[in-house]
Amino acid sequence: MTPVLRVTNLRVSFPTRRGVLTAVDGVSFEIAAGEVLGVVGESGAGKSLTGAAVIGLVDLPGRLAGGEVHLAGERIDILSEAEMRKVRGRRIGMIFQDPLTSLDPLKTIGQQLTETIRTHLPLGRRAARRRAVELLEEVGIPAAAQRIDAYPHAFSGGMRQRVVIALALAAEPALVIADEPTTALDVSVQAQIIAVLKRMCREHGAAVMLITHDMGVIAETADRVAVMYAGRIVEVGPVADVVRRPLHPYTAGLMAAIPSLAHRTERLAQIPGAMPRLDAIPRGCAFHPRCAEAFAKCVLARPEPAVVGASRVACFLHEAAPEPALATT
Amino acid sequence: MPVDGGAMTDPVAGDPLVAVEGLAKAFDVSAPWLDRTLGGEGRRLLRAVADVSFTIGRGETFALVGESGSGKSTIARLVVGLIEADRGTVTIDGVAIGRVSMGRASRALKTLRRRMQMIFQDPFASLNPRMRVDAIVGEPMRAFGLARGRRRRERVAALLTAVGLDPLDGRRFPHEFSGGQRQRISIARALASEPLFLVCDEPTSALDVSVQAQILNLLKDLQAERGLTFLFISHNLAVVQHMADRVGVLYLGRLVEVAPVETVFVAPLHPYTRMLLDAVPDLSMSSRDRLRATGEIANPIDPPPGCAFHPRCPLADTRCRTEPPHLLAAGSGFVACHAVAEGRAAL
Repeated sequence: MTPVLRVTNLRVSFPTRRGVLTAVDGVSFEIAAGEVLGVVGESGAGKSLTGAAVIGLVDLPGRLAGGEVHLAGERIDILSEAEMRKVRGRRIGMIFQDPLTSLDPLKTIGQQLTETIRTHLPLGRRAARRRAVELLEEVGIPAAAQRIDAYPHAFSGGMRQRVVIALALAAEPALVIADEPTTALDVSVQAQIIAVLKRMCREHGAAVMLITHDMGVIAETADRVAVMYAGRIVEVGPVADVVRRPLHPYTAGLMAAIPSLAHRTERLAQIPGAMPRLDAIPRGCAFHPRCAEAFAKCVLARPEPAVVGASRVACFLHEAAPEPALATT
Repeated sequence: MPVDGGAMTDPVAGDPLVAVEGLAKAFDVSAPWLDRTLGGEGRRLLRAVADVSFTIGRGETFALVGESGSGKSTIARLVVGLIEADRGTVTIDGVAIGRVSMGRASRALKTLRRRMQMIFQDPFASLNPRMRVDAIVGEPMRAFGLARGRRRRERVAALLTAVGLDPLDGRRFPHEFSGGQRQRISIARALASEPLFLVCDEPTSALDVSVQAQILNLLKDLQAERGLTFLFISHNLAVVQHMADRVGVLYLGRLVEVAPVETVFVAPLHPYTRMLLDAVPDLSMSSRDRLRATGEIANPIDPPPGCAFHPRCPLADTRCRTEPPHLLAAGSGFVACHAVAEGRAAL
């Protein structure tokens, strides 16, 4: 079956006076229909830029320097801006961190929803409004039929993010890209929004790319997770494997560094140092200066992703067997 | 970790380093006078903190948790005297941080100021970009007249080493450092005046998790080495569980539960604490039997009458809607909840 999203060898670079910086460097992944892929990483890992590249919204001077993006089998990274605008909203829904900036403060949420619905679907004014009310009810806005004529400022942060989810799903897109959708919200609201997002995407059969720095959100939401470091995916696999049995030393370090409510430890495991800056990405494996298990080869060569169990991991500790296994991921 | 048995179970017993009593602070958020007069509106007050009392024992870490608008940062600023309270008192090492804190300070208060320091959330905004790191870290020594010349330089170098930086980093400017390193500089500066008491307001919220672990471990090490007392403020429950000895849970400016960390996370009593704990996504991925979080924190300008949590509480009844509950001893801590007091809160 064709995956909803297939990204192959994606590269995003920034030309600067001191040379070209590569912020996303050879990223490949797939998302199937109804699947939630979590993309996790610390600041500067390139996770948001990967999402922006998929929807053709890399800010200048950044540019797509290579690779392909296929949406339901069709290549979309070569589309013109006008064609891409039709894809966004209709076939790819987007949810960003701050619900206030995603909504137009001068239009009622009803106007914004019906406008989106009528731009993308062949519906009349009344049918579009009915659809808008249904969507608001689905995302859990109380008294949707009355509140549809209110302006965004009349809603709380959590309610606004529900409206944004309704907007993203208004045209029944095949893919939803959610970039830090709950980061601006309080925990008690975050839990509600995650539940709504999960339920809506399941019911509408949308594939989801969930970008976040919060491993807890990924653990509770995603089916598979891709861990990014310095512009590359270092490990991708089923969420239970990556969280419980991480293969890459960076993933393992990241998991151990997160304080957990389930068990209290006296000291947290810590990874020395910090994510390298774009103009100073180490040679070989970008993680080697911080890695306790690095050996000579890690300094010299860059590890390519190898299949290990149900995961793929880019680390010389887990090199592919000489005979490539017939595993399918 | 030094644990004062008395202080753990009874916030008013023993010899606490910090005693906060009946603290209240409201901010005037009224429209400008002319608009108010023309519109016929009255003044509007945001009650950020209402009747908050707690104590912190020597060497103890007391944490305040709460969502946005719960008043936790306001309490931090009140405790160190950055803003003045409307009501209530803060006593640190026997000296009251009273109304004098803004104007002429007594000699006792001047000495005390040296003994308390604050670490802020944003390491990008809390360091002067025009000062070199050694000047930033040496500043408290200069201000309090603690050391000068070579002696000051030596102490700055020792502090930079203590927080995991190189003494040569002192010649550099803040912008040359990453977020985690800047937070280390903030910690070195806070330690420069040899404080007893450190207020940490969301010290790792702006940092990535791998860096957060470094800073939390550093704070714990420094506390053990120097016998520091912490008021630790965070919205992150897992971080609080990692750092705290006792925890105070805030909701709309009031403490709803105060208990030792071992019990508040294992057997929380207040319905809000229970909801908050259930809402945290955790790596364990257990499909826990959750008390589903509902609703959102109310507007602090117009808080609900009675118990401020009642519109979101599954246990609320008529009494909760009319009569505000007070903190009463329950289990190993204190809880402000009618349902708990009446025994209606069985899990």
